[in-house]
Amino acid sequence: MAEITTAATKTKTILEVNNLVKYFPIQKGFLKRHVGDVRAVDDVSFSISTGETLALVGESGCGKTTTSRCILRAIEPTSGEVNFLTADDQTVDVITLGKEALRELRQDMQMIFQDPFSSLNPRMMLLDIVGEPLLVHGMKRRSDRADRVAELLRLVGLRPEYMRRFPHAFSGGERQRIGIARALALNPRLIVADEPVSALDVSVQAAVINLLEELQEQLGLTYLFVAHDLSVVRHIADRTAVMYVGKLVEIAPTEELFENPKHPYTAALLSAVPIPDPRFKASRIPLEGEVANPAAPPSGCYFHPRCPHANDQCAIDTPQLEEISPGHWVSCLRAKEIDLAGLQASHGMKK
Amino acid sequence: MVTTEQKEMLSVKDLQIFFHTDEGVVRAVDGVTFEVAEGRTLGVVGESGCGKSTVGRALLQILDRNGRISGGEINWLRTTEEGEETINIAKQTRNSSIMRSIRGDDIALVFQEPMTSFSPVHTIGNQLMEMVRLHKDVSKAEAKQRAIELLEMVHIPNPEQRISEYSFQLSGGLRQRAMIAMALACEPKLLIADEPTTALDVTTQAQIIELLRELQEKNGMSIILITHNLGVVAEMADEVVVMYLGKAVESGTAEQVFHNPQHPYTQGLLRSIPSIYAKSEGKLPSIPGNIPHPFNRPSGCEFRPRCESFIEGVCDKNVPVFQNLNDTTQKVACFVHHPPQEA
Repeated sequence: MAEITTAATKTKTILEVNNLVKYFPIQKGFLKRHVGDVRAVDDVSFSISTGETLALVGESGCGKTTTSRCILRAIEPTSGEVNFLTADDQTVDVITLGKEALRELRQDMQMIFQDPFSSLNPRMMLLDIVGEPLLVHGMKRRSDRADRVAELLRLVGLRPEYMRRFPHAFSGGERQRIGIARALALNPRLIVADEPVSALDVSVQAAVINLLEELQEQLGLTYLFVAHDLSVVRHIADRTAVMYVGKLVEIAPTEELFENPKHPYTAALLSAVPIPDPRFKASRIPLEGEVANPAAPPSGCYFHPRCPHANDQCAIDTPQLEEISPGHWVSCLRAKEIDLAGLQASHGMKK
Repeated sequence: MVTTEQKEMLSVKDLQIFFHTDEGVVRAVDGVTFEVAEGRTLGVVGESGCGKSTVGRALLQILDRNGRISGGEINWLRTTEEGEETINIAKQTRNSSIMRSIRGDDIALVFQEPMTSFSPVHTIGNQLMEMVRLHKDVSKAEAKQRAIELLEMVHIPNPEQRISEYSFQLSGGLRQRAMIAMALACEPKLLIADEPTTALDVTTQAQIIELLRELQEKNGMSIILITHNLGVVAEMADEVVVMYLGKAVESGTAEQVFHNPQHPYTQGLLRSIPSIYAKSEGKLPSIPGNIPHPFNRPSGCEFRPRCESFIEGVCDKNVPVFQNLNDTTQKVACFVHHPPQEA
């Protein structure tokens, strides 16, 4: 499925994930007998073009965070390929890289974490937090680092004078800016942002989203944006991929996905978002039951026990990701027959 | 905001709650006024640190030990065998017999984290039965029967089996349902739901909202919904109070607050949510600055450093009064609408 590309095919593909798999073994007893696997990521493939934002959405436990960490090899994937286009136009498979080469490559791919409170060491000054990646990658002189840190803090909208302060002196939004500055320290080209705004209050969330967008434009960054807040995703992402129990169920340009979802799970997810407007009456697609257990997923399509459109075939055949219209991939046996309501249709027009 | 045909169950007037800490006094709640009518839902909205959860806890007198209700009234209309009486909860002590019977019987609380609100060493059934037997004179068998009924009421599948399971065996959504079942054990008149869906996924959240609505219709209870999620409030609440830094800044019906917001903070909050309907081009409108530290509050109106309608010499010198807007039921605390009396 390597050929999944964007509508804008002119730009180069910076990241290509092929058949990524991560199973976490379940061990039992004193001898750690291997009794099964949690299929956290189960054959996921997608690609991202340079300068693009791809959002990875899904409910908790669907494997979106595991996928993003496997790409950076923060977790060792079980199998699959992660092809990354380096700055000198060479494609390397991140999975097979040795330790030294991986360390080199990590300059190009950085991560922004969800929780700005636990992801910053409370005993380190901003200078050391933001400067640490610089130190690791060979900027030995502290004064050089201080210069670069000042520049980075300015870039994310913080005052350089703050660099000798500790994280506790900052609010959630400011801390997230510090995390962003740290991720930018080495001039990366790909940023994996794992729920970067979900821990923030609404009034500061918007400012951080704006910052991420400005930085993307200014520095030509590519984002893999892991999120569960669909209204934020609609604002920031060029394309959106939906995951359910370790599998990609749908991937499409964001507008297309929101207005014309083809997978029943995507449609249900969209309809579940509460709308901040009391006049609006939701027409929900009710989902029965719970998310399937990734250690013992159901037969056939993993979504069939909860799917309002499932038939007998869905319990037997496993659907594959298919391109249903240009750039719109969906993994549903009945995608062509069923008619699903997108946001406009099910929610009516706003105001 | 309460129409005449509905009985006012709870009225909170100018509530103040201070916490005494080693660093000083934190004015967690500093002037909050609202009413809740029978069978209605009040949404209390605000960002972290605005004191919304503290209000919820004060209503039950379960503040942390260093917290005091330092002023204001919490009038609760209580129905007993002798008839109706109004009790000022703010004047009650934490362990008074009245408080103990109000808790659970009259007013119940659903906590934010379904993960940590259950005891991990007792079964769900035991915890439900304890609640039932504390408040009602029933045998163990009857209590067990009631516990099964309660789980059924919140649509937990196989209640007979679930009753002997532990909280960690349930998923987040089921645990929140069990939590609601426990709160409803004694058929309270008022349910306080403190961020009931924050820890849940959207599809589960939709299920819980639906459940709360259904139960409210069935029992006719009032609900105070405390949350930061404006979408959830819009969906459930009849009336809304917006809080900022311990103060109520705006209140009114959901229609008034969402469609005709008058306080700059409410306006900014509503604007800063990206729309899920259409791709918003360009920048998201955001409220500049950060929420001030509780020990470092600005003078005058506390929102003024972030406010776009800031009036020099007025907003920084005076504290705005929370009052009705013209002749409507909408209330707002802002000098844009109510210039100071003698400046």
